[in-house]
Amino acid sequence: MIPVLDVEDLKTGFDVKRGGRRMHVQAVDGVSLTLGEGEVLGIVGESGCGKTTVGRSIMRLAAADSGKVMFKGVDVLKAQGAALNDLRLSIRMVFQDPYASLNPRRSIGNSIAEAGDINGAFTSPEDRRQRIIESLDAVGLDASFAGRYPHELSGGQRQRVGIARAILPVPSIIIADEPVSALDVSVQAQVLNLLMDLRERLGLSMIFISHDIGVIGYVSHRVAVMYMGRIVELADARTIVERPKHPYSLALMAAVPRPDPSLRIEGGVATSEPPSQFHREAGCSYAPRCPLASERCRIEAPLLRIVGSTQVACHHADG
Amino acid sequence: MLSVENLTVSVGAAAAPIDIVSAVSFEIAKGEILGLVGESGCGKSMTSLAIMGLLPRPGPRTRTGQVVLDGVDVTQLQPWQRVSAGNASMAMIFQEPMTSLNPVRRIGDQIAEAVRVHDRVHGGAALARACELLEMVRIPDARLQLSAFPHQLSGGMRQRVMIAIALACRPQVLIADEPTTALDVTVQAQILGLLRELCNGLDMAMLFITHDMGVIAQLADRVAVMYAGRIVETAAVRTLFDAPAHPYTRGLMDCMPVRGSAGQRLRTIPGQAPQPGTVKTGCAFAARCPQVRDICRAELPPKMRVAELHEALCAFPIIQGGPN
Repeated sequence: MIPVLDVEDLKTGFDVKRGGRRMHVQAVDGVSLTLGEGEVLGIVGESGCGKTTVGRSIMRLAAADSGKVMFKGVDVLKAQGAALNDLRLSIRMVFQDPYASLNPRRSIGNSIAEAGDINGAFTSPEDRRQRIIESLDAVGLDASFAGRYPHELSGGQRQRVGIARAILPVPSIIIADEPVSALDVSVQAQVLNLLMDLRERLGLSMIFISHDIGVIGYVSHRVAVMYMGRIVELADARTIVERPKHPYSLALMAAVPRPDPSLRIEGGVATSEPPSQFHREAGCSYAPRCPLASERCRIEAPLLRIVGSTQVACHHADG
Repeated sequence: MLSVENLTVSVGAAAAPIDIVSAVSFEIAKGEILGLVGESGCGKSMTSLAIMGLLPRPGPRTRTGQVVLDGVDVTQLQPWQRVSAGNASMAMIFQEPMTSLNPVRRIGDQIAEAVRVHDRVHGGAALARACELLEMVRIPDARLQLSAFPHQLSGGMRQRVMIAIALACRPQVLIADEPTTALDVTVQAQILGLLRELCNGLDMAMLFITHDMGVIAQLADRVAVMYAGRIVETAAVRTLFDAPAHPYTRGLMDCMPVRGSAGQRLRTIPGQAPQPGTVKTGCAFAARCPQVRDICRAELPPKMRVAELHEALCAFPIIQGGPN
């Protein structure tokens, strides 16, 4: 695997106000991962686990506290000026809600061309027009869409526009943050197929962020499971879905309602609620909910280590 | 326990109504969970609001049809009249508990309010019943939590409080409109478990509305699939997943990523669902149907009985074992 993006010990926190008091949330607390050339890396986790913040930190949409994100020999977190503009064209993002990320008063064509306009990617108005049409065509929309406005489009069409603007000009990496979560299943399948086709045709690498294990397991080569700002397990998609090693991944997989009435979840899953995000206990952050938790787990935070073909952060995971 | 007959909900002028729910009929027995599944805009929430008498006004209205609760026709009754209409009662829980709870009142008071209305008891007795209800929905330290405010609870706990409020009237029918959609999967699994337990324990009928086939498979006894305002297929949950008869249901099943299918292309349903009022004649699914024939575009399809207790609104349902 040739790495294209190397994230090292990324930490991002936010100051928030709760009941008049300033509190600190360490949304991402030391995440390291590598994205390979042409790879789809899935990041899965429940709300508040920090998966979106990882994506936004790489995009510089959230300011990281520390860590390194290396792309083609450049530290993304430190880049400025022209280097940063280049990066903004090389690493692009597809958001969950295309309605919220498209300007309602700009035509679809202008929205798609925006990144190219800012960075002087077009040689002439004719070139610009041509490439807008190509980009629309790549996502299965005809040229007439260039003159339309977001409110005229259905949810699925809007998400296609969201993808069309992420591939003009063609980037190296796409970070897709819950790109199909707002869509109905029948439309979701169309958009997933489109993303996978484009990845192959344009040779993209992709970080695919989702809470939906079905979707993540389907599109990803490797999957990272996040819990409370840290990666607790990282392995190839099949291993994560079928033989997870971390007790949290196990609970997560068990809780997914599977579309088969003969596979009903009997009994309870992970009965307690997620802990507070504001103060982190010493030791493993999953320990309070974990059926395997021992004295050691409450004192010493487990680090990612290799067990078989899996990286897992658990004192009790073995073969 | 609950029977809905030929329910049609319309918007627009009375002279030219646009039906957003068309001729919906179903029955739910005591202790049974009927899953109503469909994509956004198919009319599933409007159906539930019409049953509860909670349609927003001005706006959609029930044009035809009857809602019969335990033998009593409640179609024309206002929600507050329904409470005392017969011995039976209905309650409803919604998707987002935070918007249904009052943020500045303690949850104990909010539950006790429902108890006071239904049981006509006051003060300590109402609070004691509230505490009992919180224990019923498995909130730990129920007595202490009575004084909590909604923002102090997690999403799963808030949904439990909503269920407690719904149970205050000792409903025979509970309508749950996407109650777990806003929750994480581990919490969703707990809430689904709780709802099933309550239905069994209290012999309560439940109408469970969702867009998630996985949730349906987990919870429902019987399933009604809705498309463009109509119920297109009704079957026992096993039958529906083993042998879907309507091409739409079949399409929905096919386009879900299943375990072990990674790398293969997903099957899709081409196009998108029609806007209400745009399909004038024929089957609403005809434009997307892989096995459409001329007659489908001309006439509304008949309700075909595929097997015992298995119906499909399709002229050419997929019969298991036959050509498809």
